Amino acid sequence: MALVFRQRSILPGFGISMGITLFYLALIVLIPLSAVFLKTASLSWHEFWSLATEPRALASYRLSFGASLVSALLNLVFGVLVAWVLVRYSFPGKRVLDSLVDLPFALPTSVAGISLTALYSRNGWLGRPLEAIGIEAAYSRLGIVIALTFVGLPFVVRTVQPVLEEMDREMEEAAASLGAGRRQIFTRVILPTILPAVLTGFAMALSRAVGEYGSVIFISGNMPMRTEITPLLIVTKLEQYNYAGAMAIAVVMLVTSFLMLLVINMLQRWCSKRSGG
Amino acid sequence: MWPGKLVRLLAFSSLILALTVAGIAYEGPLAFLNVSYDPTREFYQEINAAFAKRRLEKTGQTVVVKMSHGGSGKQARAVIDGLEASVVSLALAYDIDAIAETARLLPKNWQSRLPHNSCPYTSTLVFLVRKGNPKKIKDWDDLVKSGISVITPNPKTSGAARWNYLAAWGYALKKNNGDEAKARDFVTRIFRNVPVLDSGARGATTTFVERGIGDVLVNWENEVLLAIKEVGKDKVEMVVPSLSIQAEPPVALVDRVVDRRGTRAVAQAYLEFLYSIEGQEIAGRHYFRPGNPQVQARYAARFCRVNLFTIDEVFGGWQKAQKTHFADGGIFDQIYQPAR
Repeated sequence: MALVFRQRSILPGFGISMGITLFYLALIVLIPLSAVFLKTASLSWHEFWSLATEPRALASYRLSFGASLVSALLNLVFGVLVAWVLVRYSFPGKRVLDSLVDLPFALPTSVAGISLTALYSRNGWLGRPLEAIGIEAAYSRLGIVIALTFVGLPFVVRTVQPVLEEMDREMEEAAASLGAGRRQIFTRVILPTILPAVLTGFAMALSRAVGEYGSVIFISGNMPMRTEITPLLIVTKLEQYNYAGAMAIAVVMLVTSFLMLLVINMLQRWCSKRSGG
Repeated sequence: MWPGKLVRLLAFSSLILALTVAGIAYEGPLAFLNVSYDPTREFYQEINAAFAKRRLEKTGQTVVVKMSHGGSGKQARAVIDGLEASVVSLALAYDIDAIAETARLLPKNWQSRLPHNSCPYTSTLVFLVRKGNPKKIKDWDDLVKSGISVITPNPKTSGAARWNYLAAWGYALKKNNGDEAKARDFVTRIFRNVPVLDSGARGATTTFVERGIGDVLVNWENEVLLAIKEVGKDKVEMVVPSLSIQAEPPVALVDRVVDRRGTRAVAQAYLEFLYSIEGQEIAGRHYFRPGNPQVQARYAARFCRVNLFTIDEVFGGWQKAQKTHFADGGIFDQIYQPAR
């Protein structure tokens, strides 16, 4: 295959870097994922469809994607808020707060799961007052959303923070001097600048939430049709050595996640174009 | 300059070589793997410590026994797929038969090689309910009532779950004079009351006791008694049904693996240790019914009298029972639908 670039580029070695990149991506991402598709190729369409759309699987998709969406939206709103506070204000303990944001990254998911369960179960610190007002936090869908919000917290904060730091304050001041009110400054000046980063963070938090397993299985109760997330359903089917069923559901998850990311990516590009940069 | 570099190179490589040889020659303690079913963690912890001590005293050999726990069916399939177990201690004979037939890791007559059909202890299946038995659960009939939530593990992966299922089926057969259709209906209705299936006996206990899900747990007698000891009599209590099944969890040496790893002698000694007085005492302490009659008499007080039937009497043995009920497409697959 002839190289497209014939002229001397400043950075040498395009051919070999491209080769290594493709090899690496293929090995780590493409080949394992294609194995999933190949396994399901042995099923007929009808079999595949019935395995992928059985009621238990459908309930788990609704739960997985629904809870992930809710938690990612929560993280979107509060993530921007946290990033704003960390960038625009200075207060004692700011560095500590900054490092705390990274805690969900560093914590093993099972530790997160156990801590959240202990906190929100009927006898836990937060669980007891919540139970008193009739809200069951652990072993319910609410618990799943809580766990997913916890693990997705750093994403939006960390993508928005650098953009906010780099932002030119002069633009806001200029807008103010031209007579813009505070809301207008936010919606016309600040928001368009940070929107691509916010969407990136949202996409990452959403993807993390959809794939989350370790922290959710402790707090969710794992009841089929009610609080069973799709990754757990896949594992249960594997434990029963029902490879075909597990792969069918895995393919559905894969394709849906890919489509979600594609849509968010396109949205991002559209926003960038609109704000001109 | 050159000789200096060469000398350094030689010195370095000989050091590496010496360390490697020393590393290969060093024999750490002899280790082998015991693949077991789910509720035996505490039991084997004590057995392994006692066995290691005995072995050290008798032969001066340091032994480390590694454990793996999980639902019996799941564990059997792991061994078939290549998990290198020197010893298997599973919940039912069929799972070890499957290893013998499919992976041919041990001879088909493995069960006759040790006393009592290779079962150092037996057990049965009973109920665990909340303190005060608020839902008044006395027998299998109460499990089919609407509004009762039953916790049992998954028959596709767990041994306890399969014993449970057969005990319920056996009870229904007896009650309905051998009517198979009514028995099937009975078990179907029980499973409709099951909100979640854990993959192993211990998982089911955790769900019932720690997560507080369910009104009644159907599980191993040893697991129920252990739960009462751990959680306290003020939280849970045991209910013995009018009829249950004689459960015989066997142990076996996995010939191909021990020959490959050179652990035959120590693994055989380990299995024989389970039948020794010390091993039987440990079993009794952990709420298993010891096979040895003397030890059995000593621990009789902690076990209730239960009316038992055996799987051979009612179902014609495990091969038939597994193929009819638990194989893919069998009766369990046909009747089970997740409770809404």
